[in-house]
Amino acid sequence: MNFLRITSPHGHGPLTTTQVMQAVLLATLPGIGVLTWFFGPGTLINILFGGLLALALEYSALRLRDRNPKRYLQDYSVLVTSTLLCIALPPYAPWWLVTAGILSAVILGKHVFGGLGYNPFNPAMVGYVVLLISFPLQMSSWQAPRGLGEIPGVAESLTALLAPASYDGVTMATPLDILRQNKGLLLEDLYNNSPQFGQWAGVGWEWVNIAFLAGGAWLIYRGIFTWHAPIAMLFTLGLCAAIGFDSGSSESGGSPLFHWLSGATMFGAFFIITDPVSGATSNRGRLLFGALVGVLLYLIRVAGNYPDAVAFAVLILNFAAPFIDQYTQPVTYGHKPSKRDDE
Amino acid sequence: MNTFFKIHGGIHPEEEKDLSNPGTVLDAGLPQSLVLPLSQHIGKPSSLCVAPGDYVLGGQLLAEADGMVSVPLHAPTSGTVIAIEPRPVPHPSALDNLCLELACDGEDRWIEHRGCEDWRIETPESLISRISAAGIAGMGGAGFPTAVKLMARERLPLTTLIINGTECEPYITADDTLMQVDAAGIVEGAQILARILGVEEILLAVEDNKPAALAAMGKAAEAAGDHCQVMTFPTKYPSGGEKQLIEILTGQQVPAGGLPADLGIVCQNPGTAVAARDAVCHGKPLTDRIVTLTGRALTRPGNYRTRLGTPIEHLLTVAGFDPSQNRRLIHGGPMMGFALESAAVPIVKTTNCILVPTEQELPTPPDAQACIRCGLCAEACPASLLPQQLYWYARAKDQEQLERHHLADCIECGACSWVCPSHIPLVQYYRAAKGMIRESKAEKARSDRSRDRFEAREARLEQEAIAREAQRAARRAAAEKKAAAGGADDPVAAAIARAKAKKESAGNEESGS
Repeated sequence: MNFLRITSPHGHGPLTTTQVMQAVLLATLPGIGVLTWFFGPGTLINILFGGLLALALEYSALRLRDRNPKRYLQDYSVLVTSTLLCIALPPYAPWWLVTAGILSAVILGKHVFGGLGYNPFNPAMVGYVVLLISFPLQMSSWQAPRGLGEIPGVAESLTALLAPASYDGVTMATPLDILRQNKGLLLEDLYNNSPQFGQWAGVGWEWVNIAFLAGGAWLIYRGIFTWHAPIAMLFTLGLCAAIGFDSGSSESGGSPLFHWLSGATMFGAFFIITDPVSGATSNRGRLLFGALVGVLLYLIRVAGNYPDAVAFAVLILNFAAPFIDQYTQPVTYGHKPSKRDDE
Repeated sequence: MNTFFKIHGGIHPEEEKDLSNPGTVLDAGLPQSLVLPLSQHIGKPSSLCVAPGDYVLGGQLLAEADGMVSVPLHAPTSGTVIAIEPRPVPHPSALDNLCLELACDGEDRWIEHRGCEDWRIETPESLISRISAAGIAGMGGAGFPTAVKLMARERLPLTTLIINGTECEPYITADDTLMQVDAAGIVEGAQILARILGVEEILLAVEDNKPAALAAMGKAAEAAGDHCQVMTFPTKYPSGGEKQLIEILTGQQVPAGGLPADLGIVCQNPGTAVAARDAVCHGKPLTDRIVTLTGRALTRPGNYRTRLGTPIEHLLTVAGFDPSQNRRLIHGGPMMGFALESAAVPIVKTTNCILVPTEQELPTPPDAQACIRCGLCAEACPASLLPQQLYWYARAKDQEQLERHHLADCIECGACSWVCPSHIPLVQYYRAAKGMIRESKAEKARSDRSRDRFEAREARLEQEAIAREAQRAARRAAAEKKAAAGGADDPVAAAIARAKAKKESAGNEESGS
């Protein structure tokens, strides 16, 4: 009688890559919920449209690459990419903007490199940056949050998606834009003069960030990723903001709390820089990776010319990840701590 | 409770220890014939001293140790040697190896064997020779000849003997059972080993998931005295790895490429300690051991006292094998054991467990997905390696990076593969990569040798050419010198003179006639 010959180990832990991806998707729900509450159904429609498109593209790419689509589609990774990209896109984006973004993310960001696991850059951020550079106007039209402008209904949202001469909803500068363009007002006066500022940061934005923080905390609790990269990023971002706060003068870069709860900070910290494929791989490496993203994020926000800086900071550090890996190898059992073994 | 140190990584798989009901020893019975491989240990195979047709008694020597790193082999029961030929043996390679088949006569008659009166007055050398003569090889799984390991004292100062009763692999309860039923024997064996090694301190290491074994060992240690101490620590796989256990107990790490003896420590398995006690106190060679037969495809799992050489087929019958849900037969535990192709292989000195799971229990792994570098493997690695990086370098066959990431320090515990959400058989990649490096090193050594040989030959030929040239030059110089010294010596002038003289004498003769 012949038994099956398989090498050890014969048992296996409970977690699968599909479950990892599903958990990430699940953890975005609070953030998506809050985004929808404050800015209307635009983001949801982006996610649904983008998700379907991404699945179709992934299927075609796998067929072209002569892979078994059924097997690879099961990993859910393309839905994670498309969902993350669509969360980052402005709500009520026209269909072609979403399409261009998904196309860049899935094809340029992922499949040209060989699919899941081989992409050196975060695919969602590749898609985002392609759009940001190509269509800066459309990419910076954010709907005004609930309370400051009228929230479109589902019918209007679909119209915005399908017949996009230009989005004619109520758009408004985001708090990050206002702060960057501030010349001359003390921070306190700026807050009082602009209705976009809420309790700690921007109206709506502060809750969006708190929701993504909650989702991220749950993922750390689940053991999907470690705390190193997000905490390091939030730490250095807070540190830079504290240094640049300048006690709220007209030159102030904003308080740490403002930066933590503005724009894509928490979304970036827990959903973007935690992408393991394109990030640093050891825990020490992740600390460094996160810390450098935090610094870059602050610098680009304060000195750059874009609505937010997560995508650029992450892509630049994606370049550096293999280099960081070379210098952050943990000390192996029985070896002496040393930077490198150059024997 | 004693203090202990935390180690990096580790995992918590389902323990499944209760399945085999630790603490009770069942009898595996006597099969019709035993198949005894001549190599059940690390080192040279034993060399035969019986021939087919010979009748042997239990305990009789069948094969002698061949050289230093080897052990002898004894008959586990009485009967007739019926065959000596290559047979399948329990080894990951699934290759055949020379075995001796013994047809049991069912009478189980034994030779007389006697131990020493009091081991406390024996010299370490005589104790070692008794252990060596009993054919004992490490029973935890590696099978290194125990007597050789005990000679560590000659090289390094030793302080501590650790009896490794951790048994961190899921399912296996052979050591657990032995500790429950013969704690006194383990402690006495440990004391004998300690006397040989010249160490004062004996640490009996038991994971905290074995309360009954802990209690029994505690009692036995107390009876033995202060130098004997039971150490317990939280259950985690692979705490029982020799290097990991040493760090847990002492906080020290065995230096890379070194041995525990470099820290003054020697580790032994409880089964080995009992075998040493039997050898020294009773003169009994190693011919049986406790084997855990477990898994849900068995209706009567348990710990069976099994004679070496018992075919696994026989054990499957004894333990009630139900093949309907089973696809795999594993020699050892689920983490580090290897799958056997057939049940027609025997139990050997290193067999601590035969695991016969149902497909539901240990499912056939699905196809591997892509590595997403999630790093769970690095979190789990007890050697603090970066398995995800080693995986890429192994696939790229990048030897330099593999060595820089310390592939050689991988203990192949399987924790990385166990946690891998993409089901990548990481350990398999590392084994292959280690083999590749070993091969390329051997290849390099070979080519270095041939290059050296070639260069030496070239140098020799050159040397000879120079010597010949020098000789020729010397001869020429000598000849020139001679020529310069006087005309008479000039060979050309001499030859002309000779010819002239000949001509003249010829002319004279002509005129004379």
